[in-house]
Amino acid sequence: MQIVRSHVLICGGTGCTSSNSPKVIEEFKVQLNLNKIQDEVKIVQTGCHGLCAEGPIVVIYPEGSMYTMVKVEDVKEIVDEHLIKGRIVKRLLAGDKDVQDFTKSLDNVEFFKKQHRIALRNCGVINPENIDEYIAYDGYKALGTVLTTMKPHDVIDTLKISGLRGRGGGGFPTGLKWEFAAKQKANQKYVCCNADEGDPGAFMDRSVLEGDPHSVIEAMAIAGYAIGSNQGFIYVRAEYPIAVKRLNIAIKQAEEYGMLGKNIFGTDFDFNLEIRLGAGAFVCGEETALMTSIEGFRGEPRPRPPFPAVKGLWQKPTILNNVETYANIPVIFLKGADWFAGIGTEKSKGTKVFAVGGKINNTGLVEVPMGTTLREIVYDIGGGIPGGKKFKAAQTGGPSGGCIPVSELDIPIDYDNLIKIGSMMGSGGLIVMDEDNCMVDIAKFFLEFTVDESCGKCPPCRIGTKRMLEILERITGGKGEESDIEKLELLAKNIKAAALCGLGQTAPNPVLSTLKYFRDEYDAHVKDKRCPAGVCKSMMHFIISAERCKTCGICAKNCPVDCIAGEKGVPYVIDQEKCIKCGVCMEKCPFKAIFKNA
Amino acid sequence: MEKVNITIDTRKIQVPADYTVLEAAKFANIAIPTLCFLKDINEIGACRMCVVEIQGARSLQAACVYPVSEGLVIWTQSPAVREARKITLELILSNHDKKCLTCVRSRNCELQKLAEDLNIQSTMFEGERRKFELDNFSPSVIRDQNKCVLCRRCVSMCKKVQTVAVIDTMDRGFKTVVSPAFNRSLMDVPCTMCGQCITVCPTGALREKDETDKVWEALTNKDLHVVVQTAPAVRVALGEEFGMPIGTRVTSNMIASLRRLGFEKVFDTDTAADLTIMEEGTELLDRIKNGGKLPLITSCSPGWIKFCEHYFPEFIDNLSTCKSPHEMMGTILKTYYAEKMGIDPKKIFVVSIMPCTAKKFESKRPELSFAGNVDVDVVLTTRELARMIREAGIDFAYLPERYYDNPFGEATGAGVIFGATGGVMEAALRTVAEILEGKSIDEIEYKQVRGVEGIKEATVTAGGIEIKAAVAHGLGNARKLLEKIKKGKAEYHFVEIMGCPGGCVNGGGQPIQPSSVRSWIDVREERAKAIYEEDKDLPIRKSHENPAIKMLYKDYFDKPGSHKAHELLHTHYVKRENYPCVKEK
Repeated sequence: MQIVRSHVLICGGTGCTSSNSPKVIEEFKVQLNLNKIQDEVKIVQTGCHGLCAEGPIVVIYPEGSMYTMVKVEDVKEIVDEHLIKGRIVKRLLAGDKDVQDFTKSLDNVEFFKKQHRIALRNCGVINPENIDEYIAYDGYKALGTVLTTMKPHDVIDTLKISGLRGRGGGGFPTGLKWEFAAKQKANQKYVCCNADEGDPGAFMDRSVLEGDPHSVIEAMAIAGYAIGSNQGFIYVRAEYPIAVKRLNIAIKQAEEYGMLGKNIFGTDFDFNLEIRLGAGAFVCGEETALMTSIEGFRGEPRPRPPFPAVKGLWQKPTILNNVETYANIPVIFLKGADWFAGIGTEKSKGTKVFAVGGKINNTGLVEVPMGTTLREIVYDIGGGIPGGKKFKAAQTGGPSGGCIPVSELDIPIDYDNLIKIGSMMGSGGLIVMDEDNCMVDIAKFFLEFTVDESCGKCPPCRIGTKRMLEILERITGGKGEESDIEKLELLAKNIKAAALCGLGQTAPNPVLSTLKYFRDEYDAHVKDKRCPAGVCKSMMHFIISAERCKTCGICAKNCPVDCIAGEKGVPYVIDQEKCIKCGVCMEKCPFKAIFKNA
Repeated sequence: MEKVNITIDTRKIQVPADYTVLEAAKFANIAIPTLCFLKDINEIGACRMCVVEIQGARSLQAACVYPVSEGLVIWTQSPAVREARKITLELILSNHDKKCLTCVRSRNCELQKLAEDLNIQSTMFEGERRKFELDNFSPSVIRDQNKCVLCRRCVSMCKKVQTVAVIDTMDRGFKTVVSPAFNRSLMDVPCTMCGQCITVCPTGALREKDETDKVWEALTNKDLHVVVQTAPAVRVALGEEFGMPIGTRVTSNMIASLRRLGFEKVFDTDTAADLTIMEEGTELLDRIKNGGKLPLITSCSPGWIKFCEHYFPEFIDNLSTCKSPHEMMGTILKTYYAEKMGIDPKKIFVVSIMPCTAKKFESKRPELSFAGNVDVDVVLTTRELARMIREAGIDFAYLPERYYDNPFGEATGAGVIFGATGGVMEAALRTVAEILEGKSIDEIEYKQVRGVEGIKEATVTAGGIEIKAAVAHGLGNARKLLEKIKKGKAEYHFVEIMGCPGGCVNGGGQPIQPSSVRSWIDVREERAKAIYEEDKDLPIRKSHENPAIKMLYKDYFDKPGSHKAHELLHTHYVKRENYPCVKEK
């Protein structure tokens, strides 16, 4: 085994790859070779660290120095200073640069302090394309223990005791789901992994697949043993090329190591795994639509019952769990169900990964124990809101979820509390909104997504969400009538009740929760024809103050539609009919003479 | 079947454990509205009209797919259920053209009926409505997506039952449409024109190409000699268009109506069916005796023929070269009859009343003409005839007794049963067996080929020759049977295939029964019963005993399979491309 003095961990997740980390890796190789230290320092391409906004991220061990936003030009300096001279490059260091002990900068980063990484434990730590590294971190030990020392029902009991609930949306107890499938008598059963992550902004599943694919494979094999299945499918969207590539590598390696295939760990348990690529329809994240898609048909939900555990893929008993759920499972068997059940709240155990985005300083992935408050996530981990603006709301659960207002900032986040306040966990998207966001506009945004992603099978979703969107377009367009809000409520209620699948049943949630907490904003749009946040263009106009106007004409010169007229000595005036409300004039006016009248 | 106890609207009942909530409600005489549901064909819970409240369930559930279980408590009329149904229906209506007054399905539209039943008096949620151009390029089926409610009954029929699958859902969300691939016209895809999609459409989104105008025009043209013929299956279904029970025989009313409409002569396609038996029977015996291509497969059903040409071209040589009966009739009307009556064939206008939409396509096949005259000028479906009768103000139920005209009004029971699956086979066996035996046979009912089972088989021995026969109806069954033959898993001498499930009685041009009827009553069986009653009542029940046929051979064709018969009564087929390149519209 090769002994090296330093490890350079460079993030190869999608975020960092987009910000050029592959080039950074290349440059490190070049610089190490130039300095002839390529045998002393090992470069590892890892999965995601979570702090995607600061990528590309480079972590150097043994010091634990975390460098952020590393450019190709910075590499020479890191190699010369850090790796050769042992002097840390302070200017690239993450977190508080004034701390004394910057050698352990990773631990000083606020972003990580309150996190508890279980599902993401190996992300950013190991090379996902090397099964040995996974094994070195106790990988496949859980599978070995399960296969050689436990009966299938013990496996299910352990999961039940752990209290693990599905991380994909509904939060159904995983052990119970497995038990239903295990009880079915059938000549064939299937284990499916839902990696069709579709919530806009959520990417924890992608990160796990990119950073730690073996943990999912291991968990699926455990599931196969528990329910009596020898065939698994991972349904992953084709838009995740890195995840697909690493999964393929991982499956191949697992097969070579005998962790998949025949007689795993010398037992008579066989398990095979195949990947199915999805074309990216949101609805294919719904379990019955996902199965229909795997079967080769148009991805559309089918009615339940029968539930997948009874009649799933090709009418055979099937369990479906999402990536994050699986990623938790090997650890539960390593550290014990009681350990896991000791984390979190009474009914929501363990941790949850959130993809934090929107109006927040540290966008990225965070994994926190269930019961962490929204305030902790937004302010302590997320670093607060840019520009010191005021928090207005946070949307959890993506287009199926709802808005959490400032009054609920201190509520401990878990499955049941989120439902109680009109939102849901969903897959863990968390979008922060500040005072500049119009909540009617936000509701419209989410509904646009659902309308676009509706599969079209049932009329409540196909036509109902479209009609809701039309009403919201009327309201934000300044043409809302008071009856429109009643219609919205009526439609929302009945779409929730009558739609065929979860997508349709939850589609009205953003509207319902904004109506619940921000009714005054709706009223302002409808009754006063005013958008309090100044977002809805139809209801705002720009005015040039005649007193302040110095008649310089810069506004007119910059107006893209030539709707500002005036001349030297005569204050300029905006033709409101022609104005497209782009705001360029206000931005360009050197005398702050132009105002937005919302 | 094991039974379970359930409570439905406070009533405690016991139902078989494999029932759905909808079936249980039907059993308890509780009406639940449906739209996409069509028993055994389309059970997908899509339209949400049948939602009910199930105690303990989070949301409303579709009764058509929700299985009953012990102790289930169901509410079919709770305020939440009523409101959800109404709003869903209003939403559907908001994306529908609502042109009931000019819709061919008015008064027979399931959507219209739902709106009436649920007391919809206005629609609250108007908004963007999808607008489409009419697809009227097919000679048989018109597609009007402005009326489509996306119930997918047509898709299931085309895909699951007929295994033709030329239409499916495309796009998604509000943009979802039911359409052939690449938004092509039905004309440019391998559609068999069977029209089964029309018979399951709850609205007017699918309908036959109406050609009544052409017939009205011909009837007013004094230069033309306009004659009409009616297929056997029409007489047992037309009454439904006038409110009569399914399976009512209205032969006389139909003939009387046709006379009132002004046709010079009303002939019976059954006579031509007898002629077909003579030709086809001869062809069969010839192939058996002289080592011809076997099995011989019947060619009466133009939907089946087009299916064969598209999907099983390797069986084209197995097809009987006989024209279908109404085409034979058309030919002899414009040759033999024209000569006999001294009428210029160009002035004879032949109208066929058929239970079939594919016959419209068939009549336009270029090879089905003689001496520059098309065999049949216009094919009307049973439904179109009903429209003409209504338009003419004829009181259908109260008409004097009338009979077909001679010489082609003399039909046998063999000709009549052509209208039901197994009928062509039975008719052929009645004649072939006698020819082989060389004597009259009394036992003429071949019941093993009757009924709605998908594929039926029979072995008949006559004159020392064993004839193995098979009958398939519905193109899905045809596919199954042909695959079996292809793989060498079955050998037959004679195969009857009808394109529509149940045969012509259930053809794509027949009166449309709503899901609420056809889901619980087998319309095919009811109509077939009437066909076999008609057969029983007829004095002559074997084709070769038909005096008109005897006269035709004596006067004109000499003998079955003669040169002249081949020239006039036989045809050929072509292999068809499935998705030929067409210019994008």
